[in-house]
Amino acid sequence: MLLEFDRVEKSFADNEGPVRVLQGVSFDLAPGQTLALTGESGSGKSTLLHIAAGLESADGGAVRIAGRDLLQMGDAERAALRLSQIALVFQQFNLIPSLTVGANIAFQARLARCADAAYIDHIAAALGLTACLHKYPETLSGGQQQRVAIARALAAKPNLLLADEPTGNLDEGTAHEVLEQMLKLVAQTGAAVMIVTHSPVVAARMDRNLHLRGGQLV
Amino acid sequence: MMGVCLTALLSHWWRNPIQLFAYLAGLALATALWSGVQAINAEARASYDAAAGLLDDGQFDQLLPRQGTSIPQEVYIALRRAGWVVSPVIEGRLGKLRLLGIDPVTAPRGLGPGGPARLLSLEAGAGDRLFMAQSTAQGVDVDVAVTIDAGIAPGMAIADIGVTQRLLKRNDLSRLIILPQQPLGRVELAQIAPELRLQPAQQTADIGQLTDSFHLNLSAFGLLSFAVGLFIVHSTIGLAFEQRRGMIRTLRSLGVPLRGLITLIAVEMMLLAAVGAVAGVVAGYLIAGLLLPDVAATLRGLYGADIAGTIQLRRSWWLSGLLIALLGTAVALTGRLWQIAHMPLLASVRPRAWVMATDARFRLQSRGAVILLAGALVLALLGQGLVGGFALLGCLLIGAALILPKLAAVVITMFERNARSPLWQWFWADTKQQLPGLSLALMALLLAVSANIGVSTMVSSFRLTFVGFLDQRLAPELFVQVETAAQSAEVQAFLDKNATEVLPLLKTRARTVGPPTELYGVQVGPTYRENWVFLDAGRAPWDTVAAGLGAVVNEQFARRAGLWVGDRVAIDGDTTLPIAAVVGDYGNPSGQIVVSAQLLQTFHPGVIPMQFGVRTQNTLALRQSLQDTLGIPANAIVNQAAIKALSMQVFERTFTVTAALNALTLLVAGFAILMSLLTLADLRVPQLAPVWALGITRRYLGRLEVLRALALAAVVFVCAVPLGLALAWVLLSIINVEAFGWRLPMYLFPAEYLRLGVYSLGAALLAALWPALRLMRTPPSALLKVFANER
Amino acid sequence: MNAKLVLFLLVFPVTLWAQGFSGLGAQVDGFATPAPNPVFDFPEDHGPHPDFRIEWWYVTANLQGADGQDYGLQWTLFRTALAPGEAAGWRSPQVWFAHAAVTTPKAHFASERFARGGIGQAGVEAAPFHAWIDEWALSGADFDRLDLKARGADFGFDMTLDALGPLVFHGADGYSVKSREGQASYYYSQPFFDIEGKLILPEGTVPVSGKAWLDREWSSQPLSENQTGWDWFSLSFDDGAKLMGFLLRQNDGTTFSASTWITSEGEAVTLPADAFRAVALEKHRIAGREIPTSWQVTLPERGINVTVAALNPNSWMDLSIPYWEGPVRISGSHAGKGYLEMTGYE
Repeated sequence: MLLEFDRVEKSFADNEGPVRVLQGVSFDLAPGQTLALTGESGSGKSTLLHIAAGLESADGGAVRIAGRDLLQMGDAERAALRLSQIALVFQQFNLIPSLTVGANIAFQARLARCADAAYIDHIAAALGLTACLHKYPETLSGGQQQRVAIARALAAKPNLLLADEPTGNLDEGTAHEVLEQMLKLVAQTGAAVMIVTHSPVVAARMDRNLHLRGGQLV
Repeated sequence: MMGVCLTALLSHWWRNPIQLFAYLAGLALATALWSGVQAINAEARASYDAAAGLLDDGQFDQLLPRQGTSIPQEVYIALRRAGWVVSPVIEGRLGKLRLLGIDPVTAPRGLGPGGPARLLSLEAGAGDRLFMAQSTAQGVDVDVAVTIDAGIAPGMAIADIGVTQRLLKRNDLSRLIILPQQPLGRVELAQIAPELRLQPAQQTADIGQLTDSFHLNLSAFGLLSFAVGLFIVHSTIGLAFEQRRGMIRTLRSLGVPLRGLITLIAVEMMLLAAVGAVAGVVAGYLIAGLLLPDVAATLRGLYGADIAGTIQLRRSWWLSGLLIALLGTAVALTGRLWQIAHMPLLASVRPRAWVMATDARFRLQSRGAVILLAGALVLALLGQGLVGGFALLGCLLIGAALILPKLAAVVITMFERNARSPLWQWFWADTKQQLPGLSLALMALLLAVSANIGVSTMVSSFRLTFVGFLDQRLAPELFVQVETAAQSAEVQAFLDKNATEVLPLLKTRARTVGPPTELYGVQVGPTYRENWVFLDAGRAPWDTVAAGLGAVVNEQFARRAGLWVGDRVAIDGDTTLPIAAVVGDYGNPSGQIVVSAQLLQTFHPGVIPMQFGVRTQNTLALRQSLQDTLGIPANAIVNQAAIKALSMQVFERTFTVTAALNALTLLVAGFAILMSLLTLADLRVPQLAPVWALGITRRYLGRLEVLRALALAAVVFVCAVPLGLALAWVLLSIINVEAFGWRLPMYLFPAEYLRLGVYSLGAALLAALWPALRLMRTPPSALLKVFANER
Repeated sequence: MNAKLVLFLLVFPVTLWAQGFSGLGAQVDGFATPAPNPVFDFPEDHGPHPDFRIEWWYVTANLQGADGQDYGLQWTLFRTALAPGEAAGWRSPQVWFAHAAVTTPKAHFASERFARGGIGQAGVEAAPFHAWIDEWALSGADFDRLDLKARGADFGFDMTLDALGPLVFHGADGYSVKSREGQASYYYSQPFFDIEGKLILPEGTVPVSGKAWLDREWSSQPLSENQTGWDWFSLSFDDGAKLMGFLLRQNDGTTFSASTWITSEGEAVTLPADAFRAVALEKHRIAGREIPTSWQVTLPERGINVTVAALNPNSWMDLSIPYWEGPVRISGSHAGKGYLEMTGYE
């Protein structure tokens, strides 16, 4: 298994005491598989995704990526794992405003020392970004910016792509287009995908669907 | 990986060049004045050291004539033959040059340029030769070979004693240095040379100590502008970090470890800081070069200390400039890095309005301000000494600066409450919201403006007092200087017949413990009675002096000695006289005791008048006949106007330096406002966009921005006036008394303050103009974006 | 007494600055130079020779207190000229300086004085003989009966010297060769003084008596360039014979030695060059240097094979020109006392 959640617990402190966000969540994800994580606002979807990315820690259980338990790792180790295995796409585009589109796309790949110019060109072309490689992110439309974020995520050839409402800020047509392009590219690389989404349309395009309610998988 | 990260971090600066400029320029400014002042101080100290090292009167016991200034050479030989290990010194003036002759063979080791060998060898080999500093050599014209020696104090030349005697056309000696090692069985001084007296080594007449206050003054200015510059750096760093929060989050979510990231940012910021600091040191060098001639003139005029006229690159000051700049940056940086280290990885990407400081910060600042102001009050009531005075200044200024944002907020709230139209209500509310972001710049402006008010009040008060003082003191139309006893008698006789009133002046050094004090013997006459204005006097002071029953002392002496009218002052050994009056004596470093000429001669029978003040109706004719009849050289007769002009010139140059430093601090403050406004401009767009969308034109918004800057500057100025006056009071009543020994009356100069008000509004206007223009030219699309997406 | 020349020229900076190092060996810049076959003219030659660059009046003495305690004493007046000749007042090119020392087995006291010529602070007059600097003096009606005085910060002495024998001339009738290149000086001695007087020491005044040796030497170009230091011995044997010998150390490790054998009757025999041999036996660390304070001295021609050891190894002259000088004891084939001076040890 590429990703395993084993009875993961997570709670946050609130004014009225601790709130259990995740309660005994267990699932797994095989390489090449795509998974949609749905649920209402506050159901713990984003937290689950952040834990999978090692951005946050769980309070109990185990989270394994390629067999290694994230919860046993320190910040530096998790950062290294993220760099080599995982790519993230957020609802907000998360680009570096002072770098050009081209530099943004190549950025993570270069950080991970796996930049492949031909492959990056291929991704940029597939996402229709070739014309704006020298522009700065702020001059692009929202859909284009999200394509840049996806391109950056894929350019590093991750084994696991984690996306949090990647098309949430886009209109329906654009959202569909971007999602299709992303899935097509993912299929080429054989990466596993976990997408947090509200959209039934998006969820329907995935191999599996998991639904969270009150911190538990249903 | 680090390289890639560094590129990303640095890219921020290329996309925000104004921020980069503010950061570098802030540091450069901070460093420039600081290191400039340090350079001047270092130069002066080196000059003092050179003077002290070469002819330090203080470090050895000496034999001096009991009367006059001359020791026959035979006395020197007799002393040596009787076992006194002494070394001869001859001193004299050759035109402008102070000439010092020593015997390198017998002089204590280390005295003289390059050790004794050079002097002596040249004496024997290449003939007569003078040693002096480069700057001195450029200004003199002697037909003797000159060797440049950087270790010699400016204005002075050292030569072998034989050479000096020939140049001065003398065959005697001025004094004898007693070497520390003396043999057993030395014959008593009284048996060999009863006409000499032994003066113990004195550490008190240290020129460095006298001038300390002046250098402390300079340092305070340097520190002030350093603080202002650091304000800029601090706020720039804050802004840059806020704007890069998103980038930092992205980098971390992409897998850059926290520790590496922090190291990288620290390295990046310190490297940039080094660039700014180096630029600052270079600028400091230039500033020092520009100011030094005036500083040198000041020190000569006020303290009689000669310093070199050129700045040398000394490691001490440029290194200290670099270090303090880097240290200041590091301090500003540490807080931010700590924040990053503890920032949750998923914190909001929005540039949080860091400018919108919480009330808590304001409260903390205000509390600090209250403590400092209370401290200032305590110091004003109880503080002592120069350091106490400067501590008072520091408490006062920093306390006032800290409380400024709170005060301004109160004032603005008042306007807000009274605003009728919604637009104005928004304007004041928006101004208040901007206050935290601008507060550092406003504090800088407050400090600069109040320093200007304070110093200009002091200078102008001093000028008024000084001009009045010169008129009193320089009543005689002519001043005649004589060289010999014979001349003195001739001049006295001649003037008795030809002048309205003659004021012979007997001058010697008082033989008392404590700092060197001049003892003056005067012939009390109508000029003294009519012209001298006393700060305080007993009954009929001049009658008391004339009768030999009292003495007039100058203010600096009275204050240093802690004596006042009626107290008894030692005038010779154990002999004391009551103080009949205390007189203001501005621009003079040393203490003075004035007694009647007859009384002075009972203690110093050999002292005769070498200087005469002359009252006359016909200045030109008398001057001419002094020259023609008695052969007094033209340059030995000075008329009143020339001395006045000279004194005023010294005075003006004294404050040129202060004025220049003042102007520079104002400039720095203006720059601080500009930089704050510019760096805030981008953050302001989301706040302005809704107002624009409601139908206010960009042009109008731009005008409001300028108006806002002016309003804030006006608030600052209103606060600066009382602060500046308080500053002036501290300078006049505390610092001056400690530093120079005189207290000055304080005068107010409203027109001057008004002018300063216009300047500071002008500085704010200039600073606001560019950001406002940029705002007016913001394309609508940029404003629309605020609504289109969240960045 | 070549040692003093080395000392003088190598170490005293005035001379070096004045003439430069290159001038040390060969150049004499208008100074007179010693010539062979000198004819001395006394008492005038007891006085100064301002045309020569350097000159001294050098007294050393081995003394004994009433309790048998050994002491040593040194008094030297040096003259150095920055240019040949004399002039009045400060223009005089003559510079004078003097060293005085007293050595006890436990302590060593030294002091120095400096003076310019031409102003009366120091000088030498031949007849009646008067050599002085400040209150220090060596003077008498003639050269055979002299009073000697010096004072330092913590010691002093007042002595009377009485000559019991003739003057002794070293080298070829007073022309003393100092190197294989031919550098030389005029050099004579009065080694037959009886001396008595009092030493002023921190513990009090000590009456002493003994034997003194006076050296007179002047020259302008005394050394060859390769000579670095100097060990000088004046030895008085109990049988009345005396030996003056010196080693000039050269920078290639070799030495040049010369010596004079003086019979108890005052007859001087100049020994061949390098006949006098001295080998360091023991080194003593003082002032950061290794100084040989014990020597094996041999002179086979006279059957001399003795150990010469310092009375006080710490006889270091810590003055502007530092060197070692102090009294020695002689043991071995002959017994006696003497003085040893060593310079150029770095």
